[in-house]
Amino acid sequence: MAPVGPRSGDAIFSSIDRVNAELFTLTYGAIVRQLLTDLEEVEEVNKQLDQMGYNIGIRLIDEFLAKSGVSRCVDFKETAEMIAKVGFKMFLGVTASVSSWDADGTCCSIILEDNPLVDFVELPDTCQGLYYCNVLSGVIRGALEMVSMKTEVTWTRDVLRGDDAYELQVKLLKQVAEEYPYKDDE
Amino acid sequence: MAAIYSLYIINKSGGLIFYKDCGTKGRMDTNDSLRVASLWHSMHAISQQLSPVNGCSGIELLEADTFDLHCFQSLPGTKFFVVCEPGTPHMESLLRYIYELYTDYVLKNPFYEIEMPIRCELFDINLTQAVQSDRVALLGR
Repeated sequence: MAPVGPRSGDAIFSSIDRVNAELFTLTYGAIVRQLLTDLEEVEEVNKQLDQMGYNIGIRLIDEFLAKSGVSRCVDFKETAEMIAKVGFKMFLGVTASVSSWDADGTCCSIILEDNPLVDFVELPDTCQGLYYCNVLSGVIRGALEMVSMKTEVTWTRDVLRGDDAYELQVKLLKQVAEEYPYKDDE
Repeated sequence: MAAIYSLYIINKSGGLIFYKDCGTKGRMDTNDSLRVASLWHSMHAISQQLSPVNGCSGIELLEADTFDLHCFQSLPGTKFFVVCEPGTPHMESLLRYIYELYTDYVLKNPFYEIEMPIRCELFDINLTQAVQSDRVALLGR
C-alpha cells in the first residue's frame, strides 16, 4: 500500500467526533475558574495550566500523527506550518498563521485570529496577569517534546489583555537526536 | 485464510506494554513474548545504525519461512508489530489502524499511565474486532 499522505486539517476535522463548542468553552472556563479558587495566585494558575497542557500534548501528538498521516517534517518551518494549519484545525476547528521568523529559522509566531476558548470571557481586574489560554502553549510544548524538539512557548499577544490577536511565540531550544543510550565508551 | 498470530506494542524504552495472541497457532508464554519484544527493540535499533544511507527508520518487515513480522514505529517512538502467516496482506494498514485505536482508547483514557502496560478493556475489544480477517480485508481498500 502506498504511504498515506498528509491530509488537510479540514478533512480530518470533518471526519472525527466533535463536541459542542459551547460545552467545550464552558468546561474550560470552569477549569480555569476552579484553578483560580484553589491556587489563589494568578502566577500559579498560569503554571498549572501550562502543566496541564503539557500533559495533554504528550498524548495528543500520537493522535495528531495517527489521524493526519503526517510524517517527519524536514525542518522547524514545516513543523510550525503543520501545527498552525493542520493541528489547530484538527483539534480546535480554527486555522492559525505563522509569521515573524527569525534569521536562523528557530523562532516564529503562531497567530490565532479566532480562539474558541475565549468566546465568553472577559478578564476581571483581579486576574490581569492571567494567561487564560496557557493550556495551549503547554500542549504545543508537550507535543513537540515527544518528537524530539525542546521548545519554549510564550504568549506575546492576547486579546483578553487588549491586543488585536492571539500570538504565541514558539522558540526551538534544541533538537534532541533520537539516540539510544549505548554507553560503549563509558 | 491467512492468519495473524500475535500483536505487540513496545514503549520508547523497549518494554513490552501490550501483547495479544490472536489464534491458536503461534502462542507464546509471558517470558517468551517479553524476550521477543526486547530482542525486536534492539534489532530495530541496530538496523537503523547498520543502514548504509542516512535516515533509516528501522526494519519494517521481517520475512521468515514460517512467519512474517510487520513493524510500524510512530514518530514519538512507540513500536507496534504484528506476527502473521507468510504473505498475509494489508498488515501495514492494520498497524496504522491499531495506532489510531491506541490513540483513542489508550492515550485518551485518563487513568492510563503513559509508557506503562496497557490494561484498557475498550482497546482490547476494538482490537479484537480489528484483527478479524474480514475486517482486515476492508482495511486494504
